[in-house]
Amino acid sequence: MHPPTWQARVYDALKTARVSVAGYVPDAGHAHLIQAAHADPDMTAVVLTTEEEGIALAAGAWLGGKRAVLLMQSSGVGNCINMLSLPVTCRMPLLTLVTMRGEWGEFNPWQVPMGTATPHVLTQAGVHVRRADHPEDVAEMVAASAALAFDSHIPVAVLLSQRLIGAKVFVK
Amino acid sequence: MTQPRTRNDGTLDRRNVAAVLLRDPGDLLVVTGLGAATYDVGVLGDREQNFYLWGAMGGTAMIGLGLALAQPSRRVLVITGDGEMLMGMGSLASIAAAGAPNLAIAVLDNARFGETGSQHSHTGLTTDLEAVAAACGWTATATARDMAAVEALRPRLRSEPLLAVIRISADAKPRFIPPRDGAYVTERFRRALGIIEN
Repeated sequence: MHPPTWQARVYDALKTARVSVAGYVPDAGHAHLIQAAHADPDMTAVVLTTEEEGIALAAGAWLGGKRAVLLMQSSGVGNCINMLSLPVTCRMPLLTLVTMRGEWGEFNPWQVPMGTATPHVLTQAGVHVRRADHPEDVAEMVAASAALAFDSHIPVAVLLSQRLIGAKVFVK
Repeated sequence: MTQPRTRNDGTLDRRNVAAVLLRDPGDLLVVTGLGAATYDVGVLGDREQNFYLWGAMGGTAMIGLGLALAQPSRRVLVITGDGEMLMGMGSLASIAAAGAPNLAIAVLDNARFGETGSQHSHTGLTTDLEAVAAACGWTATATARDMAAVEALRPRLRSEPLLAVIRISADAKPRFIPPRDGAYVTERFRRALGIIEN
């Protein structure tokens, strides 16, 4: 028996935190979570056309008594900025897991500006930011972030570093 | 080259429209888009089951989706303007893909950005939001241009996953100020649903 992967343990942490709605704009680094969410009859997985929809989706779910997670990559963070006024103003929780691009062996220069800006922009918009660099830390960080978000009613982002995820390979 | 169609043909009084849509609201859950839609709903009488937006432009429909998914046994009605809906147009695709039989959207369409000086919006130029919704996969869509049609929409908006465009006049109305403390409105809304902690 192999021990569960860190991705599987992250999904378990979301379930333990009673997250039942998952909005996402796909990223290869989130592939496991997206697949697990769709396969889970107790999780509603919602594909989005832009990441800011996920902020509003999570707010609506909270109004209705459900907990949501937003899965996106760092390039999507910039799309969310004004919509983050919703959880901040309404003192709602937000839990988002952000896979990082543009920082560790990045091949695509277009990913670098938003990747570099991501922690600063989120912080300036009122989101608490944590960063996971090591596989053994991720599930615990997600669990603690979910507790902070849903118990204290604040927006929290967990950045999953590109070193952790593995840089996207363009030329094989 | 696409020519502007100047389809700014709305004549209905927006306050009369809102009064019909929300007559005998019962336990309907209502989410209102920023600007005049929020005022139109607020002036009818504040309700715990109303969630008023004063910002987050483009997010109203997706808040409606999250709420509808979380409360599948309740009806959710989003009431918003054309400018707000245009900013969140992609959410029409996301909502259709997600499927929420208990969610409906009423777009009060004056073909204007009314809060900012009544500039023409896309719905007065080239864009037909009902057709956009249909192309995104909404199976129930409608456009109303008279009050008889609005009356006919009222029960449909409470029973179908319907997107309805309602052509209203661009005449400005007196501003009405419903609660704008988002944390207060949020907590009140959740308590009205019996959610103490989750």
